[in-house]
Order: sequence, then C-alpha cells, then structure tokens
Amino acid sequence: MADKYKDKKALKNTAPVVTPAASEASYDDVKHEHRLYFNIVKKRYIWFVLSLILLIPGIISLFTQGLNLSIDYKGGSMFDIQFNEKVTQEEINQAMESVGLTGTVQLADGDTSAIVRTDALDQAKRDELLDAIQKQAGSFDMKNVEEQLVQPAIGNELKSGAMKSLAVASVLILIYVSFRFRFVYALSGVIALLHDIVITLGLFSLFQWEIDAAFIAAILTIFGYSINDTVVIYDRIRENERRMKKKDSFEDMVDKSVWQTMGRSVKTVCTVLIALLAIFLLGGESTRSFSLAMIIGVFFGAYSSICIASQLVVEIKKRTSGDNKKDNPVES
Amino acid sequence: MKRGNTLKLAIAVILVAVVVFFSIQPLTNSETGIPLGLDLRGGVHLVLQAETGKDGAAITNDDMDKARAVIEERVNGLGVSEPYIQTNYDKKRIIIELAGVNDPDEAVKVLQTTAKLTFRDPDGNILMDGSLLKNAQAAVDTSSGRTDYVVQISFTSEGTSKFADITTKYLGQKIGIYMDERKIQDPEVSVPIVDGQGQIQGYSSLEEAAQYAVMFRSGALPVSMSIVEKNQVGALLGADSLNKSLNACVIALIFIFLFMLVLYRLPGLVADFSLVVFSVIVLWVLYGIGTVLTLPGIAGFVLSIGMAVDLNIIVYERIKEELKLGKSLRAAVDAGFSRAFITVFDSNITTIFAALALFLLGSASIQGFAITLIVGIVASLFTAITFTRWVMRWIVGINPRMSKWLFGIKEVK
Repeated sequence: MADKYKDKKALKNTAPVVTPAASEASYDDVKHEHRLYFNIVKKRYIWFVLSLILLIPGIISLFTQGLNLSIDYKGGSMFDIQFNEKVTQEEINQAMESVGLTGTVQLADGDTSAIVRTDALDQAKRDELLDAIQKQAGSFDMKNVEEQLVQPAIGNELKSGAMKSLAVASVLILIYVSFRFRFVYALSGVIALLHDIVITLGLFSLFQWEIDAAFIAAILTIFGYSINDTVVIYDRIRENERRMKKKDSFEDMVDKSVWQTMGRSVKTVCTVLIALLAIFLLGGESTRSFSLAMIIGVFFGAYSSICIASQLVVEIKKRTSGDNKKDNPVES
Repeated sequence: MKRGNTLKLAIAVILVAVVVFFSIQPLTNSETGIPLGLDLRGGVHLVLQAETGKDGAAITNDDMDKARAVIEERVNGLGVSEPYIQTNYDKKRIIIELAGVNDPDEAVKVLQTTAKLTFRDPDGNILMDGSLLKNAQAAVDTSSGRTDYVVQISFTSEGTSKFADITTKYLGQKIGIYMDERKIQDPEVSVPIVDGQGQIQGYSSLEEAAQYAVMFRSGALPVSMSIVEKNQVGALLGADSLNKSLNACVIALIFIFLFMLVLYRLPGLVADFSLVVFSVIVLWVLYGIGTVLTLPGIAGFVLSIGMAVDLNIIVYERIKEELKLGKSLRAAVDAGFSRAFITVFDSNITTIFAALALFLLGSASIQGFAITLIVGIVASLFTAITFTRWVMRWIVGINPRMSKWLFGIKEVK
C-alpha cells in the first residue's frame, strides 16, 4: 500500500494552497486525543451493512406503499377550519356526504379545528361544502379558514419541476467534486448523498408522513448539506494524502483524516440540529414536514460523510488498484 | 500595536451596535420593512387559467392583457395594498397574490365574477349593458338627514342618454342589475336620471356598497378563467405562523450562541458577534433585493445561521489543532484561517449549487427559501473569512500571550 499515491502529477492537480505547517499531528496523536477512538475504516463493512439495514425497509416501502403526497403534488382541496365549538368527525363526514363528496377529516386542538381534504373543488362546490359544514357540524368564522386548492395538472408540473431540480443539482455537484477532487471522490460522495435521500424518503414512506411542496426544498438542502459535510472530510484527506510517506497506508490516512475532522463534524451537526429542532418544535404545523425531513437528512448526512462516503473511497481505491503494486493512483 | 487593536475592536463593537440599533426599525416596520408573504400575514394566492371557449378559438396575448386589466381593476377595487399580479403568456395563466386582505373569501368571489353586467326591465328584458357605465364608487350620503351607504354611478355620453330614456320610461318601477343571469340588485327609480349621474341606495354598510361598486366597474372578462391553484390563509392564522416562526428563530439563536460560547470561549464570543453582523447583512440584502419573507424563507434563514456557524467551527477547530502543535497564538490564528479557506470554499460552493437548482426550477415559495439560503451562504463566507478574521487578529494583537484556555484548550506547559 505504499508509494502508489505519491504520483507527482496527481499531487499537482489536487494540491491546495496552504501555508506550510511547522509540523503535523501524527496518527498516534490523533488517536490519543479522542477518548472514544476506534478504527472507523477497518469497520467499514459494519457501516455498509448498517446502511443496507436502514435502506432496505424504506426502499421496499417506497415500492409497495409509495409516498403520502399532499395536495401540492396530486391536486385536491384542503380546508383548515377553526370551529367556535367542539365538533365531531361524523358531523363533518355527514356534511361532506350530503353534498356528494368524499375525503378525509382530521380533528385537532381538542376537536375545535378540522383539516378536511377532498378532490379539487370549484368555487360553487366549495361554497356548498363549507355551507353544509357550517350548518351540520358547527359554526366557524369564514374569514379565518385556511384553504388550498391545487388542480391535478399543476401538481404534475410541480412534480416534474422537482425531479428536474434534483437532477440538475446532482449533476452540478458531481462535476464540481470531480473537478476539485477526483471522480472516485465525486462518485462516493454522490452515492452517500443518494443514501441520505433514500433513507429520508424511505422513512417518510414507512410512516406515511405527508410530503408537501416545501419537502423538495428540504431534500435539496440535504443534498447541499450532505456533500458539504463530505467535502470537509475529503479536503482533509487531500491534505494528508500529500504528506503520506512510503510506509503509510491509505486506510490509516483516511482514518486519521476522519478523526481529525470529527470534532467539527459533531459540533456542526449539533448546531444545525439545534436550529432545525427549534423550527420543528416551535415553528408550527406548516414547516413540520420540512423540518422533520431536514433533521433526518442532516443526521444521516453527517453519518454518511464519515461512514459511507470516505469509506467508499477506500473501498473503491482498494478494489480498482488491487493488491498488486502498480504505480498508478486511481484518478479521473 | 496593542492600543491600535483595542481601538479597532472597540470601534467595531460600537459600529455594529449602532448599525443593529438603526436596522431594527427600517427592517421590521410593517409598512416599509421586509414585506411578509401571505403565509405570514394572511391573504390569497390564486392562479387563474384561461380556458379556450366553446368556439375553440385560441387565446391570444391580447386576451390575456385584457383579462389582466379587468382583474387589476377588480383588485384595485378591493383596496389591497401592493397586490401582485403576473401574466404567464406561455401557459395562459394569471397569478394573483393579495397579502393582508381581511376577508380572502370575499376577494376570491369578486375576482371570480366573470359575468357581464346588464340593466333589465321588470320582465327581465335587457335594456342596456354595463359597457356604457363609466364609473361606480361607494359613498356615504347624508343629504336625507340619515346615513345612507350608496353606490354612485356615472355613464358615458351614449350611456347618459340611454339611461335617461330608461329612467323616464320606468319611473317608479324597478330596474334589475344583473351579472350574467343573476340579479344582484333591484333598485327602484325614484327620479329620472338625465345627467348620467345616478346613485343606488340600500346597502347596509360602506363595505357592501364598495363590493357592488367594484362589480359594476369591472365589467366582463374577455375569456373565461378558472382557478387552478388557490392558497388562502386567514389573517389570524398568518399572524400565528409569524409568531411561531419568530419564536423558533429566537430560541435557535439563543441556543446556538450559548453553544458556541461554551465550546470555544473567547473565539465563541467572536463567532457570536460575527453572527450578529451576518444576520444584519442577510436581512439588509433580502430587503434590498425585495424578497418577500415567507415561512420557508425563515427556515432558510435559520438554516443558513447553522451553516454560518459551521464555517466558524471549521476555522476554530483548525486554530485549536495549530495551537496543540505548539504554535503561537498569532501564528495559529493566521494558519487556521488560511488552511480552512479552501475547505470552507469547496464545501459551500456545493451547497450553492443545490440552492441554485432550487431557485431556477422551484415554485415561488421554494424560490424564497433558495434565495435566503444563497444570500446566507455568501454572507457567511464573507463574515467567517474576513470579518471574524479581523476581529480575531485584533484580539490576539491586544495580548499575544493570553491564556490558551480562552481558546478552548488545556494549557500546555
């Protein structure tokens, strides 16, 4: 595992401009500094298996029950009604039936508010429905009804727009990381972020949490965050790689790099989670699915940067260069 | 050197305090500050789709312009401040956003009325149509000694003579005012109106009179339009969302400030200070480019605070590492910043890419989120790399031999 990563050409391409260090921390220094130190690289198969265990139920659920799309994506009408007194589910259901509609009713706030979802209604039908609810279920102030209507055609546009933004973002990231590092890094990084996205989507599918328009923003931010986190570790690997000596192994160098950035990884994920938890707990109903997705994504983004992206780089390098000592590093 | 740094630091602190103090009012003023989206203040977002009529004739851009004019007229009649109306010619849509309306439901009803206004005799025969009406205004009439809410109408010259004939002929009878086939009013003619200035009485409030006046004025839409998207938030709910999200912001900020202080001590304090600068920059930029603040926007802001802190953490972790390697404070600070630069740059460019994709392809509310995130990242790059660096240098310059404990590491003998 010795000198094959010391190709001069590779170094020129990737060497960042840094002030020369008077000295650098040794692998042993780094090991000693962390009380909880263990070799992350050597245990990489454990992380791969763990990720599969996390991914598989989600993927199965995505294929079998799919996602619980809100009316933003599939079209429909939604009313959030604050009643002046308590109401029952039955009364509202009956009111809906009386005007020939079906849909779901969800009561909240001690049965004084209801979220009613049904097909996309035109203005006349909508008035008819609200009238019926007012008469048969309970009185409410029309001025304070929250209401959403999306025709199915618009929902489809939103869906295709969402897919496009995901594709564009992935390609941009893949190109940039390939350019700044190497293709192996970009590939591993993008696999790791797909891993985060699929876990998030999988959890939303498993628990059938509703997915609204802001969810796509959450997913794309997870994209940004996950790769951001990964790049910080890559950056340290790039730096340490330049300083590798003949007898050093690539695996140890990656392990050292991961642990050198561990403090930052943990602290950053904590601050971002503080911000997200505040939005989740205090931000009200409308940002809940957004912040929940972000919390899951950010958590797994940090995990995957350490345990998946960097470890995939190790794994791919090992497999593509084999154990035979050829003097060419893997690069794009 | 020493005194110079103290002075610079003191000036910076005072300057920031002054800027913050004088930023609060212009940014948060409900009239002229950062405009709030309708999810935060209540209102209606409507997307109207023009539909090809029965004759199958294609909808021209001219039709769209006319429809827009009619809608604009109706919106103005509603008295909404800063309505947002946009025409999408490709998709034949008109997007309307009315923030801060008290009764969004009524607004939708007024906008939706596509009907043609006609005046009819008691048997329902059309006498003249609304195109001859020049203007209609709600007013209060106290001439009879009591308060009457009325709609004052005026006619074009052609309309004046026609209406004079009608009111002479039907004196003492009722003239029906119809929208399509729907009779909306049935005023009795008490005197012939010959000068083209009339008034319709019998409204219970000025608001009601105003609603009718708008309907009379706006006439007919050239194409029929249907609502394909509607988002309606009551004012109370909007205010509730605003309070909740601001609460979330404040709590998040307090925790992040404390977190940085406990973790990094003196540099943590510097980070908190530069976070204040960061927030002020972001808010002014958002204000400057005229972004409307929405719920996703606030979420984007809070998230970008988290990312801004991350930059400081990357730098500080580097400084700590350099200190542990036995460098002097000043050298460690300089090395920390220059080494962290590439990391910070690379990692944030990738996030900007994701945000750009959102901005280019996302829907309106998501674009708000993307803009806040992009502005946030750029501003945090500036504050973390330059502003924090200056302040850290000044502090180290004041006393290059201060305890390393202040930097969050154990003192090494």
